[in-house]
Amino acid sequence: MAEKNQPLAYEEIPEEPEPFMQQLLDNPWMLLFLGVVVPTVLYLIWGVMEIVSVPIAP
Amino acid sequence: MAVNRMFRTCPTTGLKFHQPADALIRWNAVVGVVALLVGGILALLVTLTRWQTVHLLAPDAFYMVLTGHGLNMLVFWIIFFEIAVLYFAGSTLLNCRLAAPRWAWAGFWLMVIGWLMNNYAVFVRQDSSVMFTAYAPMGAHWTFYLGLILFAVGALIGCFVFFATLAVGKSERTYNGSVPLVTFGALTAAIIAVFTIASGAIILIPTFLWSIGMVPTIDSLMYRHIFWAFGHSSQQINVSAHVAVWYAGAAILFGAKPMSEKVSRTAFLLYILFITIASAHHLLADPGLTSKWKILNTSYAFYLAVLASMVHGLTVPGAIEVAQRQKGFNKGLFEWLRKAPWGNPVFSSIFISIIGFGFLGGISGVILGTEQLNLIMHNTFYVPGHFHATVVLGTTMAFMGITYFLIPVLFRREMAFPGVAKWQPYVFGLGMTVFSLFMMGAGTLGVPRRHWDVAFSGNPLGFEFPRHRVADDRTDGDRRCARGRGRCDVPAGHRLLGVPRQEDRDARLPARAGARWRRAGADRFGGRIAHRDRRRGHARLVRLGHVRPGDRVPGGLRAVLLHQLEVPVHRLAAEVTLRKRRQPRAQRHPHASGDLAREGGGQVPRERSSADGNGSTTQEMRRWQASPKPHLPGPAPGGPPIGRSPRLRRWSGCSSCASGSSSGSPPSPGSR
Repeated sequence: MAEKNQPLAYEEIPEEPEPFMQQLLDNPWMLLFLGVVVPTVLYLIWGVMEIVSVPIAP
Repeated sequence: MAVNRMFRTCPTTGLKFHQPADALIRWNAVVGVVALLVGGILALLVTLTRWQTVHLLAPDAFYMVLTGHGLNMLVFWIIFFEIAVLYFAGSTLLNCRLAAPRWAWAGFWLMVIGWLMNNYAVFVRQDSSVMFTAYAPMGAHWTFYLGLILFAVGALIGCFVFFATLAVGKSERTYNGSVPLVTFGALTAAIIAVFTIASGAIILIPTFLWSIGMVPTIDSLMYRHIFWAFGHSSQQINVSAHVAVWYAGAAILFGAKPMSEKVSRTAFLLYILFITIASAHHLLADPGLTSKWKILNTSYAFYLAVLASMVHGLTVPGAIEVAQRQKGFNKGLFEWLRKAPWGNPVFSSIFISIIGFGFLGGISGVILGTEQLNLIMHNTFYVPGHFHATVVLGTTMAFMGITYFLIPVLFRREMAFPGVAKWQPYVFGLGMTVFSLFMMGAGTLGVPRRHWDVAFSGNPLGFEFPRHRVADDRTDGDRRCARGRGRCDVPAGHRLLGVPRQEDRDARLPARAGARWRRAGADRFGGRIAHRDRRRGHARLVRLGHVRPGDRVPGGLRAVLLHQLEVPVHRLAAEVTLRKRRQPRAQRHPHASGDLAREGGGQVPRERSSADGNGSTTQEMRRWQASPKPHLPGPAPGGPPIGRSPRLRRWSGCSSCASGSSSGSPPSPGSR
């Protein structure tokens, strides 16, 4: 029981899986992808579709 | 100083500088500051022209200077300095070499060429006074657009050099785990920059082709839509970069660590995802885009980005407090703040930046991003008030702070004039605070932005805004209440701020409505002048083109004319509407019966309602309206008569105007 309470050596600490958010925040390429795609879809493409759908005056 | 082949170590800070990165940081920062100097000189000229009393420049020169000011400040100064911040946060803070220095230099020189070319188009050719926005179909010389494109390509190269530097640091294991928070902030700025610059390329390349005749036309609504993905997002690069500088300042000065890195990084993630689409608030008054698009891109997304700014605005001072308390500044609530190094320009700049950006820039940005409020303040002076609070008070102050830190570190020189440097942030911060606040105040009164002459002197729709509106709202409010109209519609704050004038206290309120115009001659703004000095009042009307120098204008009419100059836009509209309701239909559309024919427009006095009682002034007004006014501009030969353009007909909303009666009624200024 006493042995169980002793702190583990650094090498013995089991590796926990990295949380998803940390994986995301540590991945600059994924952030770059999201940072370009989200505004491109929500702002640019959606807005262009709306403008294009406005009928041109005769 | 320890120097190896490619790195040098700063003896003061211990920071390692890769030599190519060191040179690039210095060059980008110095050119950025030169652009700031140019923009600052132009700012003085703009201010001295918009100040109606001085009105320094002629219209052509004013719009040229305003164009140069906007571009040098909003684009060139900021992005040059941001590239310097990227190289500092990428190479120096990660202790790694800068990736692809040759590409970085190529990007820098492209930016310099673009900067010079754009300024050449504006100042040397003098045919590109199209403002920062350069809305098509308002065209500039092709060098204007090509300069911006080259600059954007150079900046894009700088961003990818930064990304490559992160990859180099990771592969060479110069840092473990996550990048430092300051570098993460710079990464956020770089990501936003990629979207921003790509959007700029999408719209500026076709516009450049249009300027050289290879594309027949540019859709103006499409231009505005895509331009703002560039124009406003470029300011979001600033926000991310200056927040990164806030964290850097807290760490450098206090050794402060963020209270929660997870929260701070998540806030940066909110910037990455949502802050760029807040550009939509520039299009809230535009047709062609649905409410769904506007609401999602402003309200929902915008507020998530605002949440991120609030997190940063609270976290950085919180981190400083924690660091100060650990040093023993625990007495009371604010000893940590009182004992902060207020004489250090690095700290004072950054602290003023946090306060100014949060309380002025941020809040006013949320106001402008609200659709209902945006419709009131769109394109008014409120908008420059907002972005001077964010870009100047927020970003420029923060960049000034980090410059005070970097000058000894990068140039290895002592700061010249340390006493001046100590005071400079306070003078600049206070000046910009006052400047921004009063711009916003003027905007709420309807003063338009970007206008050479807000009084529209000599124009058929001439109008002058009140000079002491806040002070005089109090007396207006008192009058309204005392007249027994049932409610006082002046905000309480205005009443508190108002300074009662002796003459207002003495001559409280006309007893009956019929005395209104006589009172106008005695205690209203312009009327007060007429009462005290008739010649000054007359000279003012002559100067504004409402009467000829030799005209004999009756005193009551002069008072009415002067009073008209001082009524704010929104109230004038309200009173016109009210008057229409009171009047019978024949008087409501006088131009249809030819009763109040207006020849060329101008500040024509409104006819008094029959309830006002005094008939003599009405007759004076009719005589005045019927008299010829050759000094006023008449219709162009062969063109439509003034006040008869389709645009004016649409504004007036009057079926008889639209059906083509002989004398049109120009819209009230309030209908703009």
